[in-house]
Amino acid sequence: MFEAIAFYLFAFLTIAMFYITVTTSQALYALTALAAGMIFISAFFFILGADFLGAVQIVVYSGAVMALYAFGMMFFDTTREVKEKAANKFIVTGLATISAILVVVIVAAPIVADNITAYYPMTEGAGNTQEVGIVLFTKYLVPFELAAVMLLVAMVSGIVLAGKKMDLSLTLMSDREILEMREEKNKKVLS
Amino acid sequence: MMEIGLNHYLVLSTILFSIGLIGVMRRKNLLMLFFATEILLNSVNIAFAAISHFYGDLTGQMFAFFVIAIAASEVAVGLGLLIVWHKRHNAIDLDLMSTMRG
Amino acid sequence: MEVLLYTALFAPLVGSLFAALFGAKPKMLITGIVTSSLLGVSLIASTILLVFVLSSGQFVQVELMTWMATGDLYIPFGFIVDQVSVTMMMVVTLVSTVVHVYAIGYMDHDKGFNRFFSWLSAFVFSMLVLVMSDNFAGLFIGWEGVGLCSWGLIGFWYHKESATWAANEAFIMNRIADLGMLIGIFLVYWNTGTLQYHEAFAAMPSLETSTLVWIGIFLFVGAMGKSAQFPLHTWLADAMEGPTPVSALIHAATMVTAGVYLVVRSNELYSLIPNVGLFIASLGAFVAIFAATMALVNRDIKRVIAYSTLSQLGYMFAAAGLGAYWVALFHLMAHAFFKALLFLGGGNVMHAMSDELDPFKMGGLGKTMKGTMILMTLASVALAGIFPLAGFFSKDLILEVAFIDHHFIIYSVLLLTAGLTAFYSFRIIALIFHGEDRHTSLGFHPHEAYKFMLWAMAPLAVLAVIAGALKGTYFEMVTAVLPATEYHVHSATTYWIMTIGTQLFVIAAIYFAYKKYMSKDIKVPDGTSAMENSFKYKLLINQYYIPHFYEEYLVKPYRELSRVFWKQVDQKVVDASVDGIANIFYATGENTRTMQSGNLSTMLKWMVAGAVALLSLAVVFGLAVRHSDEIKTILSGLGV
Repeated sequence: MFEAIAFYLFAFLTIAMFYITVTTSQALYALTALAAGMIFISAFFFILGADFLGAVQIVVYSGAVMALYAFGMMFFDTTREVKEKAANKFIVTGLATISAILVVVIVAAPIVADNITAYYPMTEGAGNTQEVGIVLFTKYLVPFELAAVMLLVAMVSGIVLAGKKMDLSLTLMSDREILEMREEKNKKVLS
Repeated sequence: MMEIGLNHYLVLSTILFSIGLIGVMRRKNLLMLFFATEILLNSVNIAFAAISHFYGDLTGQMFAFFVIAIAASEVAVGLGLLIVWHKRHNAIDLDLMSTMRG
Repeated sequence: MEVLLYTALFAPLVGSLFAALFGAKPKMLITGIVTSSLLGVSLIASTILLVFVLSSGQFVQVELMTWMATGDLYIPFGFIVDQVSVTMMMVVTLVSTVVHVYAIGYMDHDKGFNRFFSWLSAFVFSMLVLVMSDNFAGLFIGWEGVGLCSWGLIGFWYHKESATWAANEAFIMNRIADLGMLIGIFLVYWNTGTLQYHEAFAAMPSLETSTLVWIGIFLFVGAMGKSAQFPLHTWLADAMEGPTPVSALIHAATMVTAGVYLVVRSNELYSLIPNVGLFIASLGAFVAIFAATMALVNRDIKRVIAYSTLSQLGYMFAAAGLGAYWVALFHLMAHAFFKALLFLGGGNVMHAMSDELDPFKMGGLGKTMKGTMILMTLASVALAGIFPLAGFFSKDLILEVAFIDHHFIIYSVLLLTAGLTAFYSFRIIALIFHGEDRHTSLGFHPHEAYKFMLWAMAPLAVLAVIAGALKGTYFEMVTAVLPATEYHVHSATTYWIMTIGTQLFVIAAIYFAYKKYMSKDIKVPDGTSAMENSFKYKLLINQYYIPHFYEEYLVKPYRELSRVFWKQVDQKVVDASVDGIANIFYATGENTRTMQSGNLSTMLKWMVAGAVALLSLAVVFGLAVRHSDEIKTILSGLGV
């Protein structure tokens, strides 16, 4: 019963949060709502017994991703409201709903037909984290490494794209050069 | 009603997915568009986790992991590009970025 | 012999094509001469054929080539020269040659000289096809051909709106009648399996009477149009818009007699259905008196002669309807001669009076136009039926036929009409040639026509006089194919009373006409006299208001209906749907243009739309695979 209460509560909250994200015109509200939604989704993971996944969700999504978005928002003038041209609501809603249903139908068809066999069954007794660890480092090792490489690439690209004066390296410059640079900057600021 | 089954989770996932799609189609501010993309990814994660739980298979959770990893890197790269664009054009309105015409 | 047949048939066509080459050029005398000469050649060939048929009693039949041979339907281009068709050929070629020569003089100053001869010769060719064909299909081809050439000739002066209107009226009325004729031809084919005269008529006695009645009625409807019987008669009077040679040839001697020819040719059919024949005869008698009354008051020379033609056509149909086919054909022949003569004389008068048509404005022209006066008087005497001219032998014979068969109503009607005929013919003669000179004060300076024109009219005059003598030979020849009923009144007394009585009646009418219209007080009527305002006069001069009736109750509603169909149905429905289909393509393009606009939002929407489409396909196919057995059963049930 608790499960039911928890499910419905979090479901309602999640839907509400995401709805706000999608419909509000203020960027700050959207960001906040998104963060809240992420937290609630992790609650679902915990209900489903995927402890590790829930923790990862909080750490990565609500922590890292949201922080990134917050920094991103810092760059843009978010007080300026972006006027949105009124698109045809019905088309948009209709399309979204239909596609969602279709996806679910396709994915759920084998389930309904009971065509599933478990490849990596969960063992009783062992905690979820341990099991995840075992599977991750044995069966899914290659995707794991690839994901790591990809994260590295993302990190480097983020730095390159967002950084300024990347051609200068403060650690490799001599003291004299750094002094020259500072004087030039002061001149510019004063004049 | 009381007994939460797989269907409940799938319906929830569907609703969230459609909310995300609406956001993707509706938003003209590129940053908001990214938010909506996040919603999409999260809804799929819920579906994976639910199926994995109900069938006693860990594959769903593994998938969800990798989705999270990919989402994170996507955010990084996407925001970087957005910043570059903003430096150039000083606006992030979707209707203004239509250089990929024809 | 076949060579002669082809010569007679195709010589006018060659002439027509020759003249057509110069259709747009100014007048070239050579066209007139060549066409007339070729018609002369055709006349000679017809004469030789006549002699042959007369002497040997055989007929010449050829089959030029096959027109249609599909399934059971076999229609050749076949021609036959038997006694009936050789009579018609003689009439047609003789009158045509005279008219061609005459027209060289009449159309002297006309810009469309070459075009005229082309149309005229084409007409003769079509008429020859009509009379020489040996099946109903060939008959119909000739039928339509003469209709077309008649249209071209009535509307010859095409810049005159009245002329074009009259041409259209003639053609359309004929077309309406041709529908009936086509139905008749279809019925013939349907019931007898062939359109050849010989075989069709041979098969007819074995058909049901009701079928035969329908065939007879429908074929007669076609004849009604071509020969301008009531109610399809209004075109004939209006057809006088064309040049006078046209009226002489087409509307006196040849085209309008095509209907009579049809009935005569189908005599084997009509002999089997005497009731229809009686109807035809009654209609003919009605038309005779109907037209004669309208001619009594008309003030247009050509119209009077046209009504006279209509009246005489009524006589011919009366004879044919009563079963006296050879009599009808004989009257056709005699009538052709004197009516054409009358028209050509009228043409002379018109030319002299600068195309003035009102006889009241003429008068005393006999002094200046002696030749024409003599010719026209001869023609009118023949028309009135005075012994010993041609009209007596043909018209009085018809009266006898009616009397002998105890159709006394028809007899009295025809007798009365004979009197009226004499009256109005000589009314015109008196008004034009005799009496006081009214035209000089109105500014006309008439002169006689060219000499060669008068010489061209001479053969017709000769024939109008002597045709009666040919009756015996004609009878022997033509009764090889037509029923040879001899008409003798029972007692000699009755015969003599009838004949003398008719003659006296006619002579009295002539005298009365002369007396009335030769007096010195004839003035040009200007609408104020009591006579003009009387009801009878108004009724007659407006042709019993029948053209008015047609215009109000047939033409106008039809025009409105056409307008509705054009504006509402054609434009709004047909055009709209065709344009709509094109618009669908355009609108689709317009709406999917946004796919490539570069706007990310729009592209995202399209992406979702595409994804939805593909997903739906996937679901549908998945379901189909799942339930493939049931689908197969359903499809096999539908017969796929």
